[in-house]
Amino acid sequence: MRNIGLVLWHTFYTKVVSKTFFFTSFFMILFMSIILNIEAILDFFDDDPETSVYSVAVVDETEEVFGELEHVFDQRDETIHFEQYDSSRVSDEEVYDRYDAMLFIEGTVDHPVAHYEAPSINQSYLPRVLESEIQSIAEEKRIEQSGISEEVIENIAQPITFSLEASDDNARSEAELDQARFFVYILLFVIYFTVLFLGNMIASEVATEKSSRVMELLITSTSPAQQMFGKILGVGLVGLTQYSIIFLVALVTFGMGMDGSLPQVSGNVGQAEQDMIQEASFSIELFLLAFVYFVLGYFLYATLAAMLGSLVTRIEDVGLAVGPMNMLVILALLISMFSLGNPSATITTVTSYIPFFTPMIMFLRVGMGEASSFEMILSFVLLFISIAILMVIATRVYRGGVLLYSQGRLIEMIKRALIVTNREKDN
Amino acid sequence: MDMSLMIKGVTKKYGSKVAVENLSFEVNRGEMFGLLGRNGAGKTTTFRLMLGLLKANQGTITWGNVTPVKLTSRTIGYLPEERGLYPKLNVMQQLIYLGRLKGMTKREVKDEVTKWLRQFEALQYENKRMEQLSKGNQQKIQFIASVMHKPELLILDEPFSGLDPININVLKKAVFDLRDQGTTIVFSSHRMDHVESLCENLSILNNGQQVAYGSLQQIKAAYRSRTIRIKADFSLDYLLTLNGVIDVQEEAHETRVVVQTEAIVNAVFEALHNKGNVQLFAVEEPTLHDIFIDKAGSAHA
Repeated sequence: MRNIGLVLWHTFYTKVVSKTFFFTSFFMILFMSIILNIEAILDFFDDDPETSVYSVAVVDETEEVFGELEHVFDQRDETIHFEQYDSSRVSDEEVYDRYDAMLFIEGTVDHPVAHYEAPSINQSYLPRVLESEIQSIAEEKRIEQSGISEEVIENIAQPITFSLEASDDNARSEAELDQARFFVYILLFVIYFTVLFLGNMIASEVATEKSSRVMELLITSTSPAQQMFGKILGVGLVGLTQYSIIFLVALVTFGMGMDGSLPQVSGNVGQAEQDMIQEASFSIELFLLAFVYFVLGYFLYATLAAMLGSLVTRIEDVGLAVGPMNMLVILALLISMFSLGNPSATITTVTSYIPFFTPMIMFLRVGMGEASSFEMILSFVLLFISIAILMVIATRVYRGGVLLYSQGRLIEMIKRALIVTNREKDN
Repeated sequence: MDMSLMIKGVTKKYGSKVAVENLSFEVNRGEMFGLLGRNGAGKTTTFRLMLGLLKANQGTITWGNVTPVKLTSRTIGYLPEERGLYPKLNVMQQLIYLGRLKGMTKREVKDEVTKWLRQFEALQYENKRMEQLSKGNQQKIQFIASVMHKPELLILDEPFSGLDPININVLKKAVFDLRDQGTTIVFSSHRMDHVESLCENLSILNNGQQVAYGSLQQIKAAYRSRTIRIKADFSLDYLLTLNGVIDVQEEAHETRVVVQTEAIVNAVFEALHNKGNVQLFAVEEPTLHDIFIDKAGSAHA
């Protein structure tokens, strides 16, 4: 135990005081702050189309629409100004120096034919507003002409009542689903980056000790299992420290940038997230579940990384050795992305039981209400067993691997490492 | 006798490849023992067996009747052939880490390391990163890492390779001091002069086989072949036809004649009679170097 603690602390300390740790944390925090404050930053450089001031020159042949438009926008206090424009001056070159756009209206009030012209039409806000306004002016006129009372119209347009409910026990409400989806997204990326960063960190840590030959001294005082555990825990702690720092910084910037209020997401796109944050209470169970799957997933991949790292002699070869592991986690991410849209697909169910995919995909299924508690517990048991088996194999490979300095194909190296390790067989 | 290192009939195979075969030797407490052999002869494997990193397929290894796996990590000190510590850590930091893994306290490590650094006149490197040190100084730090926990048995794999003569003397003195304090030392070397000056008993390995074992005198006495240096003004090639003459090597100023046993020397002397002017005729005591070349070089010659 003492040695595991020493290896753990050594690994943790040397990593945390390193420049690499400082810079990755710094850039992740920077990145995080930018993402969280993206709107304020965009606003700073660009005016929001909905709050900027427009002026529109109107050539109105119906002689009525212009008045209506001006009236509507005066009332709504919006920042679009209209000006009557003489049709004889439409070819003036400097017209766009003074106006953002020109609007030609022909026909009658109830059946107007409008034409919008501007230097560029890639900005859709202004024409969209104008179109819908002219549409409602025309509609109002038609209703008036047909003699139907406003009450009748309101009565016709009244919305019906429509509610959703799922009958399955583990099914989730819409708000819960949104929240689950949100968690799954975060967990997917956290596991993905953790395996890529920390997994490679463990592998190169082992390879560095091997290539600098300090390993020869270490193995005389600590057992391979102690070293592996110490490293896996130490690097895991480095990861948790980094995530905690980033999380805290995110909370702080969130609080400062938004005056303590929730982020104001504008437009229809952000509606779901906004509802989720406002309606669904924060589910502590889901958070804990995510944490447990994260920890189990970390142990599984970290053990694999330590084993692969023990097989290479030079640090340059670490990337090559951990390649298969990186492919596994990329595959897991791809399946998860697909499964988010189809949580009940067969491939999702099947892959959720494959240990290397379980932490992501089973969590997704549980989160989306597609897996029963029995399946969840079964997945835990399977993960535990796989981690235990992998640790036994990894310790055996590690024991021999760290004494090998030759190079070969991965499978070859594993075989050779096991031959060196083999203590009992030939006796 | 109770604290001696006993190696009995040890065989180690990696798959079908035999690394060490039926190796036996014994090292008494406080003795300095040399393990000689070419690269790949099985020295490092033998050391790893002694450290308990590998397990023998056959035979037993014990230190005071205890197998290496059951020994505490403070019992043995090891200087690996391939040197290297953490390049980015400073000297004291990594010695503290390695020492604590051996079961020492931080205080103990600091005291012991300071003592050694003073002896090596390297106190100023205490807070330097390993990569900033010269090769010789790195080797001194590595040596400290293997002895700071005061091991009973010290294994030095090529301790003097890559060092300048002054540093070799500094290190040799340290090794002698340790022996005088009762440490049992097993070391390997290619340099025969080091072995002759340091150890009482030795073993020569060739392709995993022990080809010679015993004290330096015993090995020399058992080695019957002799070399005769002859300086003459006529060709000596005809000596090869004599029974018992193995080799005749003509060199710039003299000729070296290798004979099977000391008894042949007289026959050679007789054969020179009346052939011309002989200025030199000298029989050489076999050096360890000759024995090594003969014993360890034969299989690949």
